Amino acid sequence: MAVLYVDNQPHEIRPHEVGKNLLKVCLGLGFNIPYFCWHPAFQSVGACRQCAIKLFKDEHDTKGKIVMSCMVSAKDGMRISIDDPEAIEFRARVIEWLMLNHPHDCPVCDEGGECHLQDMTVMTGHTYRRNRFAKRSFRNQDMGPLVAHEMNRCIQCYRCARFYRHSAGGRDFGVMGWHDRVFFGRFEDGVLQSEFAGNLVEVCPTGVFTDKTQARHFTRKWDLQTAPSVCVHCGLGCNTIPGERYGSLRRIRNRYNHRVNGYFLCDRGRYGYEFVNSPHRIRQPLLRENQAALRPISAQAAITHLGNLLHSGRAIGIGSPRASLETNYALAKLVGAENFYHGMPTKHLRIVRAMLDVLKRGPAPSASLHDMEKCNTIFMMGEDIHNVGPLMVLSLRQAVLQKPIAEAAKLHISDFEDAVIREAIQQEKGPFFTGVPGFTKLDDQVTQAYRGAPHDIARLGFAVAHMIDPAAPAVEDLPVERVQFAQRIAKALQDKKPLIVAGYNCGSESIVRASANVAWALRKKGFAAHLAYTVPECNSMGTALMDGGEIDDAVQAIASNGIDTLIVAESNLYRQLSLSGFDTILRRIKHLVVLDCLPNETTAWAELVLPAATFAEGSGTLVNNECRAQRFYQVFSPAGDVRESWKWLSAAMVASGRAQSEPWPDLDAVLAALARDIPVFAKVPGITPPSSFRLMGMPVPRESHRFSGRTAIDADQTIHERPPEPDADTPLRHSMEGYPLQPPASLLGRYWAPGWNSDHALNKFQQEIDGPLREDAPGVRLVEPSGGQPSAEALNIEYLGLVPPAFQRRAEEWLVIPAYHIFGSDELSMHSPGIAELAAKPYLQLNQADADSLGATPGQLMTMTVESAVCTFPLKVGPGLPDGVVAIPFGLPGLPGVALPAWGKIRPAQPGEPTGVRQA
Amino acid sequence: MLSEEERKEIEAECALYEHRRPATSEALKIVQRHRGWVSDEAVKDVAEILGASADEVESVATFYTLIFRQKVGRHVILICDSVSCYIMGYETLKEHLGRVLGIELGQTTSDGRFTLLPNACLGVCEQAPAMMIDEDVHGHLTPEKIPDILSRYA
Ligand code: SF4
Ligand code: SF4
Ligand code: FES
Repeated sequence: MAVLYVDNQPHEIRPHEVGKNLLKVCLGLGFNIPYFCWHPAFQSVGACRQCAIKLFKDEHDTKGKIVMSCMVSAKDGMRISIDDPEAIEFRARVIEWLMLNHPHDCPVCDEGGECHLQDMTVMTGHTYRRNRFAKRSFRNQDMGPLVAHEMNRCIQCYRCARFYRHSAGGRDFGVMGWHDRVFFGRFEDGVLQSEFAGNLVEVCPTGVFTDKTQARHFTRKWDLQTAPSVCVHCGLGCNTIPGERYGSLRRIRNRYNHRVNGYFLCDRGRYGYEFVNSPHRIRQPLLRENQAALRPISAQAAITHLGNLLHSGRAIGIGSPRASLETNYALAKLVGAENFYHGMPTKHLRIVRAMLDVLKRGPAPSASLHDMEKCNTIFMMGEDIHNVGPLMVLSLRQAVLQKPIAEAAKLHISDFEDAVIREAIQQEKGPFFTGVPGFTKLDDQVTQAYRGAPHDIARLGFAVAHMIDPAAPAVEDLPVERVQFAQRIAKALQDKKPLIVAGYNCGSESIVRASANVAWALRKKGFAAHLAYTVPECNSMGTALMDGGEIDDAVQAIASNGIDTLIVAESNLYRQLSLSGFDTILRRIKHLVVLDCLPNETTAWAELVLPAATFAEGSGTLVNNECRAQRFYQVFSPAGDVRESWKWLSAAMVASGRAQSEPWPDLDAVLAALARDIPVFAKVPGITPPSSFRLMGMPVPRESHRFSGRTAIDADQTIHERPPEPDADTPLRHSMEGYPLQPPASLLGRYWAPGWNSDHALNKFQQEIDGPLREDAPGVRLVEPSGGQPSAEALNIEYLGLVPPAFQRRAEEWLVIPAYHIFGSDELSMHSPGIAELAAKPYLQLNQADADSLGATPGQLMTMTVESAVCTFPLKVGPGLPDGVVAIPFGLPGLPGVALPAWGKIRPAQPGEPTGVRQA
Repeated sequence: MLSEEERKEIEAECALYEHRRPATSEALKIVQRHRGWVSDEAVKDVAEILGASADEVESVATFYTLIFRQKVGRHVILICDSVSCYIMGYETLKEHLGRVLGIELGQTTSDGRFTLLPNACLGVCEQAPAMMIDEDVHGHLTPEKIPDILSRYA
């Protein structure tokens, strides 16, 4: 342990904190030093001058000198003062000057009450404004539907620009002007182009950037009911804090998970929440009798009806990768494991299972987002990562800096001196190689890219593996330039921390197999390779860990042997099946029962619809892309009969005579059953404490101690105070009463500490700044390589074979590949107006030469026949697509789930041919 | 649209650096030399040539006070308002110039002949008070000398 003297008191600091900046170290010790420009994720630039302290030469130095604590390395035995009168005075003057032009409009500012600037102003004691001159003011910009801009509140800390440009790689935002007219914004009004722009809301310590969607139903932080949650909009499982009031979800904020998303979210995750408030929500059970329209019925009647259906005939169930483990498990139990099918396209299931197989066998483990940041050499196969695993972009952007930063360290630059490091490394980047089927937004980070069809990308991967370890299968007939490229990659990857990225983007199992060979070959050579896979949905990995048939088998079963009832839990089959498969189900099944939260093509044909809780209205468990199981908690009790699907299914167990009493009346019960029945989930109940958990005899409140209107919130209807909504599932309460201090991290749904009203209060919840939370609970990884990670000699690797043949373009046919879109491809977030506004419109994309060969021009309507679907959409001409390949956006509303890649035919649309999709 | 000549000059600048973006300020100066100022349009054009975003070019353009992002007169008068000139009569001079031209700091005469701008230090304190018109420095100024100097700029 080293010692730091703060105001003459010795404080022990951890050995690895020596050399870190004093601000970080002091905050970690629990001291309050005001700061603005420093951020744990992008370190120090010493721009704001707010974090001044006194530094003394030794114990005899009584005068000391003022330094910026964020710019000075902590040393053993160092003596500093935070309370020195000159330092206090200095900080007070700095904030007075930062506030010269500030409009003092806190009451109408959406940041008010959780504003770092407010907190720091109070902390420094600047309570009286002396400046009597006119304030400068700016014209604000319209930056699109997600982020609001109010420049007058800016204090020029430069955090927004640093995040947007450095961390997120955005190029349409920056710093303009000089002197006291420094402006943070865009060249001209328009939608912020970065998929991470929403983080400006949290990164900016003032009210310049605020959440535009929240503004439409604004609620102050202390009036929100919140609980720890997990994002449901892609497979990465970022941790979130949703906030509710008056029965509607008001916003999503980042929840810090050291291992997963750190301080950030993507805009799909932050702004996708509004589907919860959709006016189209299914809030009551609906029954269709005699082919009439669906009509509301009572919950009891619905359960009885479902019970009768299950009594009378044979039933099968289709689960969902966007539903919790609990719901998928409950459905499998209700219909019997042999009658349970996975509600995802068969292709996706096979790919995800291939990944699981690779991760189980090992020796290369999956990387968390945090692990990825520390990798220094990357080979990415097939992924357009901005659109299939957005937050991974931030990790990869960090990873390419690892080598240059290591070089900079040789120049004796401290690792926190952000501006100096950037100056030293200029445009240098570490090795990053990709094989992708077109251009991607990450291309400017890439050392060298190969653009090819999925098979050829897989072949490149296999070739790389073979070059690292000749025992891995070789690739025949690779063109010479690709051999050279593979050699270059193979050489670069043999480094300390290589990362292999692959996923579902190309719909190719071969790519997954190739990625495994590369990672394993590296492990065999003693390099600590990690694998990072993207998966389609928030619980793809979790459901794939369960037994269950492929969805195409469900169609087969329905088509062939008299199945009467199909129960679908939270899956829109239209998106998972080809048009003909979907059609078969509709024609053959007698009783279609659907549990879901929003109407879709499947509920439209259902006999019985049960209202399912969204992530904000129920509790459960999701398993992310690295196989990390994480719990999300109910934020608020929903109106109507909405409840978790597993609760409906529990009731159906009784109604159908399969159980005497409800087998899973609460979350603990369903978790216990899950853990007992499926060994891989044995650790899942332990991720969070049981519902009986109490702190000093108290549960944990979801509402803050400042929550307003408890006794008056229903005054328009009743003079009585509403009792808290019951909660038998969790140790949380729908109340402002309960344990008033810090709960364990797994129950932490709000950051607040005395004097720290903004999210920067997070400082007070971390074991050390930028480190794990107190009583950390970052979820549990369910799959690790079997037998741990053995030494290189002990490795007995069986490489995966089935190297695919090279892609051959066909004369009359085109290889149709999916193009994913961060805004558009996710089903639920498309019910959020802001996301829908930014979403891609359907198109068919070819490269220029191919478009020319068809005599087609951009914008022209083209008709493509693929499987049983005929799609007519405008043509987009995109560079980078391989010859003979056409891309079509995946998962946009109205598009069926064609299993891509597949071969299709294209022709110019005939006059009068309608745009859209129809059956062949 | 940038002229062929402007493009050529910018390309020549780019050739001096490892990457293209460091040529941003020179490119902006080239455009300004040809057109007197840099329009929104020109910012976008420069961005395209340099492989930068308009926002990146704008950051540079607006950082330098002598890159004009608004239309200026045929001749730009930079009157020095730094300490030495201030002591030596900057204020009288500024008022006189303003009266003669009929404009205030930051404005352009209605005939488009002169734009009057303040400048913090021209580096000729020994000749204070001073001003600069286009490329020429004029020192030891008095109100009496002004009409004659201005008459040299049509
Ligand atoms: S807009 Fe916010 S983050 Fe950006 S410089 Fe101003 S105060 Fe800092
Ligand atoms: S990256 Fe995925 S999990 Fe993370 S916030 Fe975005 S959509 Fe949600
Ligand atoms: S936080 Fe240290 S100077 Fe801004």
